[in-house]
Amino acid sequence: MQESINHITELHESLPGDSLSDFSDRAFKDFNQLGIPKAKHEEWRYVKVSSLFRKDLTYPLHDSGLTIEDLQDHLLPDHDQATTIFFINGIYAPALSMVNHAQDELVLLPLSVAAASTEYADKVKSTLGQSTPYHPDGIHALNAAFSSKGIFIAVPPGKTLARPVYIYQVSDSRKGYTLSQPRTLVHVGAGSSIHLATTYATLGHESFTNEVTEVLVEKDASVYYYKIQDEGAKAHHVGTTSIRQIGKSLTNAVTISLSGGLVRNNLDMIMEAEYGESHMYGLYLLNGNTLVDNHTIVDNAKPHCLSNELYKGILDGHSTGVFNGKIFVRKDAQKTNAYQSNKNILLGDHATVNTKPQLEIFADDVKCSHGCTVGRPDDDALFYLRSRGISEKNARSLLLHAYAVDILDKIQLPALRAHVDELISERLEFNF
Amino acid sequence: MPEENEELLDQITSSEYKYGFVTDIESESAPKGLNENTIRFISAKKNEPDWMLEYRLKAYRHWLTMETPKWANVAFPPIDYQDIIYYSAPKQKITPNSLDEIDPELRLTFEKLGISLQEQKRLTGVAVDAVMDSVSVATTFKAELAELGIIFCSMSEAVHEHPELIRKHLGSVVPYTDNYFTALNSAVFSDGSFCYIPEGVRCPMELSTYFRINAANTGQFERTLIVAEAGSYVSYLEGCTAPMRDEHQLHAAVVEISAFEKSEVKYSTVQNWYPGNKEGIGGIYNFVTKRGICQGDHAKISWTQVETGSAITWKYPSVILKGDYSVGEFYSVAVTNNMQQADTGTKMIHIGKHTRSRIVSKGISAGKSNNSYRGLVQVGRNAVKARNFSQCDSLLLGDQCGAHTFPYIEVKNSSAIVEHEATTSKIGEDQIFYCNQRGIDTEAAVALIINGFAKEVMNQLPMEFAVEAQKLLAISLEGSVG
Repeated sequence: MQESINHITELHESLPGDSLSDFSDRAFKDFNQLGIPKAKHEEWRYVKVSSLFRKDLTYPLHDSGLTIEDLQDHLLPDHDQATTIFFINGIYAPALSMVNHAQDELVLLPLSVAAASTEYADKVKSTLGQSTPYHPDGIHALNAAFSSKGIFIAVPPGKTLARPVYIYQVSDSRKGYTLSQPRTLVHVGAGSSIHLATTYATLGHESFTNEVTEVLVEKDASVYYYKIQDEGAKAHHVGTTSIRQIGKSLTNAVTISLSGGLVRNNLDMIMEAEYGESHMYGLYLLNGNTLVDNHTIVDNAKPHCLSNELYKGILDGHSTGVFNGKIFVRKDAQKTNAYQSNKNILLGDHATVNTKPQLEIFADDVKCSHGCTVGRPDDDALFYLRSRGISEKNARSLLLHAYAVDILDKIQLPALRAHVDELISERLEFNF
Repeated sequence: MPEENEELLDQITSSEYKYGFVTDIESESAPKGLNENTIRFISAKKNEPDWMLEYRLKAYRHWLTMETPKWANVAFPPIDYQDIIYYSAPKQKITPNSLDEIDPELRLTFEKLGISLQEQKRLTGVAVDAVMDSVSVATTFKAELAELGIIFCSMSEAVHEHPELIRKHLGSVVPYTDNYFTALNSAVFSDGSFCYIPEGVRCPMELSTYFRINAANTGQFERTLIVAEAGSYVSYLEGCTAPMRDEHQLHAAVVEISAFEKSEVKYSTVQNWYPGNKEGIGGIYNFVTKRGICQGDHAKISWTQVETGSAITWKYPSVILKGDYSVGEFYSVAVTNNMQQADTGTKMIHIGKHTRSRIVSKGISAGKSNNSYRGLVQVGRNAVKARNFSQCDSLLLGDQCGAHTFPYIEVKNSSAIVEHEATTSKIGEDQIFYCNQRGIDTEAAVALIINGFAKEVMNQLPMEFAVEAQKLLAISLEGSVG
């Protein structure tokens, strides 16, 4: 582990100074102080993230020369209709990216440029690092230490974007095991609406992506966020998405994990205004040795908020699904309604589920509930289908597909929904 | 209405701790502090065989290498383990043969607590082992139980009279290496109860231990060991109280249960240690390790607890379901008021096939207290068709208290079915209104609703305890509408 950290330290020292130097230097100090989380770290009990910092880990901070042709197989449907943003090894690649929105609808800038501009510096300042207090660990700090390679997206007030924004996180690992650390800042103005989808691809060998996305949502805005993970068994991922609502607004997040090595998804909903509403949906459909750990936080600081959370898992092979959902209701957050549910189906005899729904409540006039279940496909339902002449294999895949559709339906971009449905159907051998 | 509520809240928070008196009785103590000599002193006082002393010393040496656990959701200043008296015993003739030989002052103490050893013996038919400070003072019904082959006596007696059983079972469920407080307990435990139910015997009466801390500055470290042989049944009760004192006192107990094939053990606790005053001064630190193991097939262990006392409660009665078809149950009501903190729950470890467990936990928080449920349900790779259902509900009274849940669920078998649900709420105004409308005043309505909330657990308590527990609930909380 020490060798890879030395390598990273050297790289950090060689970074040229820019508008974000103060922030990243502070973060690097935190990284050194906090270190990579060990197994004893309560928040990292089930994910041995330190095992990813191996001797052969490289952290390329230069352009790898990929062209759009190399990436054809990884594009999302309707990509020519959307604004597409490429990151190669965690570095924003403007040459590959394409803005498909009018200038007054969407602003896209390198983070360091936005931070230095007179127009956006304040917005960057108010959003950058909003997730830090929720993740006091070295791995989160490490991303911040290299944040100047990220991007800044702003939607001006009163704009409803009809077209989505797609972000592609590509790891070019053709030369060996690589680290990528993308950082994205999104500022959604009052009364605006955006659909934002992120997808991942690894070319070549093993990769490790350590991503942080911070979204600030103003009054009357709505944000639809989708995270689609299907980049193969050798792609490791630690990602934090932090969505902060500073005005009465609506957020909707869907996280779909279909493959990976060691995957950790942090999703924070920070509700700082009254009457906020947030929805979190997740689906993890795993086999092989994949481990997916979904950690969600809902922090209710103000009264009258509503949050709803549903995560569903199907686990086969030697896979492991981890769920940890925290709901905090602070002292003043009366009349909070917070619901949380985690459901798991174990298919394989070697699959594992670890789930921990957690409530921490300091206000009395609230309605909070959580539930979680672990089981297998319902025998009665299987029998019902079998008795109608459907083969066992088909009956099983029909049931599992129906189970997954709950989450699928939350994807409100039809083309994206169809694409994910295709991936899931293929996996479940569902062909009706 | 709010004013009335505040008044009610005031009444409740200032309601006196009924068991806070001190008995003026001569006692004999070890010097303050903990080192190997203290342990040798305790062991010598109890005239223990060498193997027991060895066990204690091993535990002590292990304890020295450990650190106070910090993961629980409770806060307290560091404990000075050198400032505690580890052994204190009421002075009296050794081994009383009948109740008449017991110091009258002592007997009076237990009578005040409602544990009249004489009365109990005649009327209720509950066998009692009364433990004051560090030693067992009296055990009733011994002869009657002995006829059936049941051994029910103090731990120190058992060490002398049944060394083979103690050597076999002591530390078999909770080894001294388990955690910080078990290591400490194993090193310095002074007394406790031992209960052995032979094969096929159904214990005809409830067995009961009553713990009482009396002397100041002492810690109480008792140890309970229950062994239920194949096909046997026993219901066991435990109660605790302590005087009101300004300093915190440590209570670190260990309870071990071994249940063999087709046996059943039901363990009920009403914990009412002194909780400290309104400002959080004084009170007992109740750091207890309780664990049972279903060794054989079809064994059953059931924990029921009503936790109303203690400044801090840190307690997770657990069941290891090793035998096939074994059953574990956990029913709990935890009430916290004023500055009390409770972090309590259970662990259900499913190892055997077709094992079942059920968890019902009700937390009630009032004042400025914090109440946490922390539980683990673990289903091992081979626990085919394991089944668990957990429910934890929290009720918040007032806007300065907290309710937390930390349920861990770890499943490694695809045929297992695990369900967990939790809710948090307050007493609804519509519920109160409904009662008011029918002529029930607010205070009575709240008592009614809280009793209803806790009923599922209260129903599990043996009769003798249910009455006491219900009264306790009423004293602690009635009227506190948020």
